[in-house]
Amino acid sequence: MVDIASGSAAPARIPATGGASRDAAALHRAIFIGLAALLVVAPFALYPVFLMKVMCFALFAVAFNLLLGYGGLLSFGHAAYFGMASYAAAYAAKVWGFTPELAILLGTFVGGLLGLVFGALAIRRQGIYFSMITLALAQMAFFFCLQAPFTGGEDGIQGVPRGKLFGLIDLSDDRALYVFVAIVFLGALALVYRIIHSPFGQALKAIRDNEPRAISLGYRASQYKLAVFVLSASLAGLAGATKAFVFQLATLTDVHWSMSGEVVLMTLVGGMGTIFGPLVGALVTVTMQNYLAQFGAWVTIIQGVVFVVCVLLFRQGVVGLIAKFIRKPL
Amino acid sequence: MPEALLAERPVPASAAPLLSVDDLEGWYGESHVLHGVGFDVKPGEVVTLLGRNGAGKTTTLRAIIGILGRRRGSVTVKGVEAIAMPSRLIARLGVGYVPEERGIFASLTVAENLTLPPQVKPGGLTLKQIYELFPNLEERAGSQGTKLSGGEQQMLAIGRILRTGAKLLLLDEPTEGLAPVIVEQIGRTLRMLKTEGFTILLVEQNFRFAQTVADRHVVIEQGRVIDTIPNADLDANLGKLKTYLGV
Amino acid sequence: MATLFGVPLQALSGQLLLGLINGSFYAILSLGLAVIFGLLNIINFAHGAQYMMGAFVAWMLLNYAGVGYWPALLIAPVFVGLSGVLLERVLIARLYKLDHLYGLLLTFGVALIVQGLFRNHFGASGLPYAIPAELSGGHRLPFMFLPTYRGWVVVASLAVCLATWLAIEKTKLGAYLRAATENPALVQAFGVNVPLLLTLTYGFGVALAGFAGVLAAPVLSVNPNMGADIIIVVFAVVVIGGMGSILGAIVTGFGLGVVEGLVKVFYPEGSATVIFVIMALVLLVKPAGLFGRTA
Repeated sequence: MVDIASGSAAPARIPATGGASRDAAALHRAIFIGLAALLVVAPFALYPVFLMKVMCFALFAVAFNLLLGYGGLLSFGHAAYFGMASYAAAYAAKVWGFTPELAILLGTFVGGLLGLVFGALAIRRQGIYFSMITLALAQMAFFFCLQAPFTGGEDGIQGVPRGKLFGLIDLSDDRALYVFVAIVFLGALALVYRIIHSPFGQALKAIRDNEPRAISLGYRASQYKLAVFVLSASLAGLAGATKAFVFQLATLTDVHWSMSGEVVLMTLVGGMGTIFGPLVGALVTVTMQNYLAQFGAWVTIIQGVVFVVCVLLFRQGVVGLIAKFIRKPL
Repeated sequence: MPEALLAERPVPASAAPLLSVDDLEGWYGESHVLHGVGFDVKPGEVVTLLGRNGAGKTTTLRAIIGILGRRRGSVTVKGVEAIAMPSRLIARLGVGYVPEERGIFASLTVAENLTLPPQVKPGGLTLKQIYELFPNLEERAGSQGTKLSGGEQQMLAIGRILRTGAKLLLLDEPTEGLAPVIVEQIGRTLRMLKTEGFTILLVEQNFRFAQTVADRHVVIEQGRVIDTIPNADLDANLGKLKTYLGV
Repeated sequence: MATLFGVPLQALSGQLLLGLINGSFYAILSLGLAVIFGLLNIINFAHGAQYMMGAFVAWMLLNYAGVGYWPALLIAPVFVGLSGVLLERVLIARLYKLDHLYGLLLTFGVALIVQGLFRNHFGASGLPYAIPAELSGGHRLPFMFLPTYRGWVVVASLAVCLATWLAIEKTKLGAYLRAATENPALVQAFGVNVPLLLTLTYGFGVALAGFAGVLAAPVLSVNPNMGADIIIVVFAVVVIGGMGSILGAIVTGFGLGVVEGLVKVFYPEGSATVIFVIMALVLLVKPAGLFGRTA
């Protein structure tokens, strides 16, 4: 029987971790250390470029999940911040000769600034409308990149020099770049972890769970929403800018709506509102793409199937399920 | 009060119940609201559910018609077990429902509101008869449903289920927030419906009004039936009832 | 030759007509989205893919079965509508108790699957679909040359939009739909089969998309990506108009098509983004949308 008395039934929540107990914090610390150790040994078994790709997308998904999982806001246009930052960093490095760290900072700033403008518009509506607005604004950014003179149109910006970090360390060596990307990745992940467990993060969760009540408690909900939107867009920008150096490339693919869909998929597969879910989701999705790249449109079809299966049967994602099983937030 | 005499026309005690509620439990989301409600309503009877705010009267009605998220126990209509049925099939057993807040649709005209509920049994009132009963509705037939006054909206909410042929009516606080003269008119309508053979289960806060229409009063507290008072004994039990209701 | 603001009238009216045609598609698609959202509380991301399906079904009918444009105009929407009925029954109906965003994610996945399947089979380049003989050629009007088919698209779209509006506002079934949009539980408690109503509404909404797809086939080429491109614009249209009003969706759709056409004449670079810019402006001035009720 289909119960459509949805007005009275409480809608299912996005699964989310509660406040981390001391117990859970110890577990999380162990996972962080394990992750760092894994990143040290992984290049001996896997291609560094593949690992860097995974890290860039994992960071992108972590940024997206900060907004969805903890802010309760489903952005369907996160490619805009990722892609625009990628263009900005690539252009700054190639044309202006910026060093990598400055170019990446610029990209992060561009992502955040765009997030400030788009976010301020999008939070004027809620729920489904919010998603449609973010998608439409991102499409505007896509057309801008398609037409703007400095993005290289269909070709994108190619041959981005990796340059020397702080003018000293040559990143054209994959191993050096790998270390740099790994540090950026772990640093950003730790930052997000701090944010989630800060008073700001607690307020966000309160707003996500019951916005009217949070407002009546004195929280300025829209300011919190905008702040987390800008944070998320900045981190997406950081991911996009870093990616431009890994592949020495910024293209329209990075700003396309399908990229926005991919980051949603990564987060959904890994587990919305979990700390480590987006990492797992990114690993699964990037691996899947690598193996399926030769089959053309099958990638899209399989991504679609994964979406459908996740929504119907598997809403907690991989890490969400594990967290439920061990009864600790992850 | 001559109408009160009319309302006390006895119902044969032997008749099989039209509505039988037994050990009914119900939930709003996580919170358990009904804890084994049980009572019967016989054909032609008018029964009120009395109780304080939040006692579970409205929830009982919602559980009977099947729009409560989760319920358990037994609800039979004319001997048919309805606990597992979706509400549309319960309605088709011949049950008409007037919700709290009346449920008039803003995007429908008065006439559309009136003809919205489909016929569930033969023998409902015709549109003409309803307009005779509530002449205001005919005058305002083309207006937006929610543009009516509160009293007119209540007449519309009652009128539209009289068309369906339902003989068991569930009315949730039909007098709430209405002027005394309108309450009078609704009282007359309910007594008329009783003489026409309708069976009515009524949720009321106002036991003075309930006294003018009902055969029996079922008192609910904290999701359970705690007492049943025949209307004839109401005055004798006034003290007890006032304690129940906290008035 | 007559000009307006330095633009030849001929070119201006040509772009206006193209704008009206795009507006027709926006109107039909946003109408379907609004009807579905109103009752099911789901944003149907697959709407663009279903529009594309309509065009492809028409193309396949013609090329595999020799069935021409006129029967396709009926058969393709029915086919797309039935596929929608199946989709609603099998997948979407499981989501009504959940947060609305899951509906968006599910239908996004369905859109990816449908687009991928068609791209796999037909490739990403467009397939031609000829204008039916009865509607080829055109009329020389005093100020412009009017291709008959383009005129037909506008007229047919207007007719379908108005018929839909009448069906919703003036019929018994429409009254059920309006009432259930307001309070589905109560309509169900009156004995109406609301789950069936949901299924039919979804089927009808996507059949509209299929109809637009058939109309579009001879104007645009039949292409697996045609739906993805348009659906995002239609989302913006829906945000601008607000989904509270059927007539509002129709007016906004046609209006924005015309605006887009005008921008194509006076500032071609802005034509791809003008609707998004308007959306941003509307959000600043009237967040609920032009015809929206405040949430």
